[in-house]
Formats: sequence, C-alpha cells, structure tokens
Amino acid sequence: METLLEVRELRKSFGGIGAVNGVSFAVHEGEILGLIGPNGSGKSTLFNCILGQLAPSSGEVRVDGRPITGMRPCDLNRLGISRTFQLLQVFPQLSVRENLLLAGQEHQGSMWSRLAGPKDAGLTAAANRMIEFFRLEALADERAGALSYGQQKLLDVAMAFMAGPRLVLLDEPAGGVNPTMLAGLRERLRAINAAERATFVVIEHNMEFVMSLCTRILVLAEGRIIAQGAPQEIRSDRGVIEAYLGS
Amino acid sequence: MKPIILLPAVALLIAAPFGLKPYGIYLLSLWAVMTIAAIGLNLTLGYAGQISLAQGSFVGIGAYIAALMTTQGWPLGVAFAAAIVLCFIIGWLLGYPALRVAHHYLAFVTLSFATLVFLVLRNEEWLTKGVYGISGIPRPALLGWSTNAPLDFYFFCLVILALVSAATGWLIRSPWGRAFTALRENPMRASSLGVDTRRYTLMAFALGSALGGVAGVLYAPLVQFIEPTAFALGLSLNLLLMVIVGGAGRFFGPFIGAAVSVLLPEWLRFSEGLYLMLYAVFVMLLLAFCPSGLLGLGERARKSWKPFSKSAN
Repeated sequence: METLLEVRELRKSFGGIGAVNGVSFAVHEGEILGLIGPNGSGKSTLFNCILGQLAPSSGEVRVDGRPITGMRPCDLNRLGISRTFQLLQVFPQLSVRENLLLAGQEHQGSMWSRLAGPKDAGLTAAANRMIEFFRLEALADERAGALSYGQQKLLDVAMAFMAGPRLVLLDEPAGGVNPTMLAGLRERLRAINAAERATFVVIEHNMEFVMSLCTRILVLAEGRIIAQGAPQEIRSDRGVIEAYLGS
Repeated sequence: MKPIILLPAVALLIAAPFGLKPYGIYLLSLWAVMTIAAIGLNLTLGYAGQISLAQGSFVGIGAYIAALMTTQGWPLGVAFAAAIVLCFIIGWLLGYPALRVAHHYLAFVTLSFATLVFLVLRNEEWLTKGVYGISGIPRPALLGWSTNAPLDFYFFCLVILALVSAATGWLIRSPWGRAFTALRENPMRASSLGVDTRRYTLMAFALGSALGGVAGVLYAPLVQFIEPTAFALGLSLNLLLMVIVGGAGRFFGPFIGAAVSVLLPEWLRFSEGLYLMLYAVFVMLLLAFCPSGLLGLGERARKSWKPFSKSAN
C-alpha cells in the first residue's frame, strides 16, 4: 500500500505544556484509520497541526512524500486534503445546497473565472448528487442554520467530501448524532471509501462506531501514541485500558 | 428581488424629481451618491464581515481626485478611472491589517486611517488647498448632454447607481458572494474548504473602497465645492449607520439606509433642533429590537403575515 500521509516527530506545545509530544505515524492509501484517546490527549491538536490551522512547534508532515508543514489550510484543501471540525461548522445563513457549492467552488478555475462564470460554478449537479447521497433532499433549499443538529452534522461531512478529496480527517463525526443516523453515516463513509479509494482518519469517542468502521487504530494519550493495531488488538490492550480508566 | 417590486421602484426614482425644487433634486442626487458609497461598505462589512470606519475617506479621495482633475480640464470619466484604481489599491492595502486583527481592533485600525486621510486633506495645502477647499467643480457633459441642471445631474447619478447596482448584484450572486458570506460566518471553516480567505478579505476591502471612490467622484460635481471636514469621521460613521439601519448583508439595505439618513432629517425638520435626537432615538430602538435593520424588520413582518394568508386559503 502506498503511503499517503506521513507524520514525523510532530510536537506542539502551548506555553511550555506539550499537547502533542513527538507523534509519528503513516496513513496508507485507502485505509480508514481511527484515532482514539482520552479527552485532552492531543487528537484535535494533531489534526490542527497536520492541516495548517496550527503551526507545529517541530516535526514534519508529508503528503505523497512531499512536505506540507506550514502550508495554508486553503492550499492543503486544494491538494485534496479535507476535514471536519469537532464542533459543527456549517454556514448557517447559506442554504444546504449553497454550503455544498461553496465547498466545491474554489477547486476549479481561477478567482476571475469564478466571477465571470455561472452562479453555481457549474456544481449544481454535483451538489445534488451529494445531497441525495446523504439523504438531505427535503432540506436542500433550507438555510443550514434551520436544520437539526444531526442533519447539520451530515451536511458538515458532505461538505468535506464535495470536492472529491483523497484524504479526509474527520473530528468526531458521530458526536451528537442519533444511532439510526449514525448507522447511515457509517454506511456512507464505507461506500465512499470503497468507491473512491478515499482515505480517512477518524477521531471518535464512540468505540462501537470506531471499531466497526476503522481498519486500523492509533491510541493517543498525553500527546503520545501508546498503541496501534487492528480494532480487536486495541480492545484488549492493557495500556489502552489503563489510559482510559486512569489506573 | 422580484421585478414586481423592482420595476415600480425604478419608475418612482425616474418620476421623483419632476415637480421638486432644486433642493429636493439635490437631496435625491445625494441619496444616489451615498447609496453607492454604502453599497461599497455593505460589500466589505455586510457580506464579507470586515468592519471599516474609513468608507468616508474613500469618498473623500474620490471627490478630491474628481475636483483636482476636472478643474484642470480633465474629463470626469478619467477621474472615475483614476479614483477606482487608486481607491482599489489603497483599499487592498488597508485590508492587510484585517488579516491580523478583527472586530473592534479592526475598527480602530480603519479609524486611524480615516484620521490620516483627513489630516492629509487638511494639511497638504499644495495638493488639496487645505481648509479653503476646492470650488468651481464643473459638472460633466456626455456626448453633448450637459448635466449642469440639477435634474440632468440627478439622472446622471441614477445611471451610475444603476451600473453599480448591476455590477454588485452580479458579484454577490456569483461564487464570490458565497465566499464573502463564508468569510463573514466562519473564516476557519471557509479556509478548510479551499477558500483563500486572505485574498477574499483584501478583495472585499478593495472593491468596497473603490465604490467609495466612485461615490466621491459623483459627490464633487454634485456639491461643486469640497473641503476636508465633509470627509471627516462623521461621514464614515454615517455610512456605517446607513448600512446597519438598512440591513447589513442585504442587497437593498444601503438603498433604504441611505434614504433614511439623507431624507429623514429633512422630514423631521419641523421638529427644528430636535431632529438629530429623534433620529438617534429611532436608531437605538431599531437596533435594540431589530439588529438586522429595516429590511430585516420588513422580512419579519412578511413572515408573520404569511401564516394568516395561508390559513385564509
């Protein structure tokens, strides 16, 4: 398997307190990697450092062997790396369809061609496919702010996929989503993974969701990787149990 | 907006000056000019969410360019081009602080810029004639059509307003408008979706400022005499108020806001010295009860009306 994302000795400290303390791992093309760990173990900080929302204190991130450390989030996104945030982040004043159009529009043409071109940047069909795929048809023209939390969460995830990314980092996609909708979300993610060979890294506290979705799991505690392996290995790992229970 | 509302509105604007005294026509022209400046600020503030207390300075820069050039015999069209280019560039540069600071900090950065422009207009007498101002600013003639009379100049302003409205309408319905809105609502999410927030922020400032310049180029031949105090902080605050009173981030907000700001004081004239106080109370009540401005108030009224009309069917 090809290595898609490589993180080497990544560190991030906030005023002397280390949030991420030398994390190294690789993500292979087509895999669904789970990233678990107790609250405050540095998962979201790790995502933010990989994707340019935060500047790492040291270390390196590579995509396809090419260093991307220090690149701006918008440039990384246009390289085909997408993400969702832990807290819901849709644009409440825009309609569901407009949210999706926005998520796709910056990936084609120049700024000037977008100004002169069609209002939908030629993406209405693609947005409608995404709306259908995530079963948001009835809500397509609603303001995103008027949707329920779970529906907004689906839209949030749909936006991350709108531009056909190769690598998607999902920060707690299952948080606050009801069980029925969650099963649907898992099926959607699996389908995209199978059809597009899209690679995912998923932060999640819902163990059932992570164990059933991911092909491999990394466990983070106090900013370090303390275990990695297949879901069933992680389930029985003593160190992991201790980190969670704090024995 | 639907043509059913737009067409009568345009007809009204065309019919409005007939039968008015020159002062009434002057007020209508001033409304058109201020609307253009407010449309620019609405782009920067209402759509892209970048607060600016310097829009009046760009009106000033535009007005001085027009005054200096046309009194030297240059055609107004050249002044338009010069003002648009210069205000675009200055606005772009003014956008850089917005990349680092936001909200009230940004307000103070732009406030300093407004003060700087005022001082340049007042103190650099070799260029601006300082407090004496520039008088005798001619009104343009287009292909033999002289706009000297108030009525002709009003229609000239109206044509420019129509062009500006059409261009802005196109812009905010294009992907740029969507990107501006995303920039306002959640810049971090926008950038994670590939929106180059830096470029769009600078563009929002530059375009808004350029429209301020356009308004200034019209303002100079409208009043035919300009001096620095007209473009002091008061004008910037007034333009900010127009955008907010009308409804920030709504296409027709500046039209309504400018009408309130330019015409209301005239209608309240019967109250003599009280009119500014009445206006102040009106603004406070509006913002307390409907922060989305008069258009927001209108939308709310329409929504609460709808259930009734539905149940009637």
